[in-house]
Amino acid sequence: MEKTYLQSIIQINEEGYLTDFTQWTKEIGAEIAKEQGIEMTDKHWEVIDYIHDKYKNEEALSIRGIKKSGVINIKEFYELFPGGPLKKATLIAGIPKPKSCI
Amino acid sequence: MGNTKVRKMLFILSKATIENVYAAFIMANGARMEGIESEIFFTFFGLEAIQKKKLEHLHVATVGNPAMHIPTMLGGLPGMEALATKMMKSEMEKLDMPPVSEFLEILSDSGCKLWACKLAVEMFHLEEKDLIDDLDGILTIGDFYNRADQENTHLLFI
Repeated sequence: MEKTYLQSIIQINEEGYLTDFTQWTKEIGAEIAKEQGIEMTDKHWEVIDYIHDKYKNEEALSIRGIKKSGVINIKEFYELFPGGPLKKATLIAGIPKPKSCI
Repeated sequence: MGNTKVRKMLFILSKATIENVYAAFIMANGARMEGIESEIFFTFFGLEAIQKKKLEHLHVATVGNPAMHIPTMLGGLPGMEALATKMMKSEMEKLDMPPVSEFLEILSDSGCKLWACKLAVEMFHLEEKDLIDDLDGILTIGDFYNRADQENTHLLFI
């Protein structure tokens, strides 16, 4: 599937997740966030940076990992990305939805 | 808020074996991760999972559990439960599953409400100080039903 963000055609899957991370830019991330009703702040981007680091190192994301991240605690994470924080954060970060059950 | 049709999942945990406790925790946490509200009501033996002194000492049931694939008589030998529990905990650690105390913290921080059953607390002669600090309160079953009295809410007995 394709979707246009800021005049660029982006490849996405049926859930809206980017299928090609190289197409991701911070501006596109902010557009996706807006669609989810999230206005990005510096703290949001700090979390996205953390998620990108994990993704590049091929480390699985989990809520336990967030707790240990030192970037953000779980309460803040739920406040910043309401309605399924890891799902929303990875959507904005342009990486696949996490497959873990925890 | 998520966009799910299911809005709230309420779990009643009545057992203290590791497999049941983790089933409740993983489903309650999974609900929060999907943007669904979740709460756990700990009753009867389920209360062991929120007692400070007991929560890190829960066991797998080796007797009366056909999935262990060992004769019941062997399952009853001293040390069998401890051995099976140790093996299961090590497998869980490999999957990055948190221990009970950490899991409770994660649940509480995630906004999952944790309740103790009033009747069971009285029956086991427990006091609030025996229970975890993250507990949201002690409820009657009537209180708990009131919390379930919303559209698209599910109750699950474990």
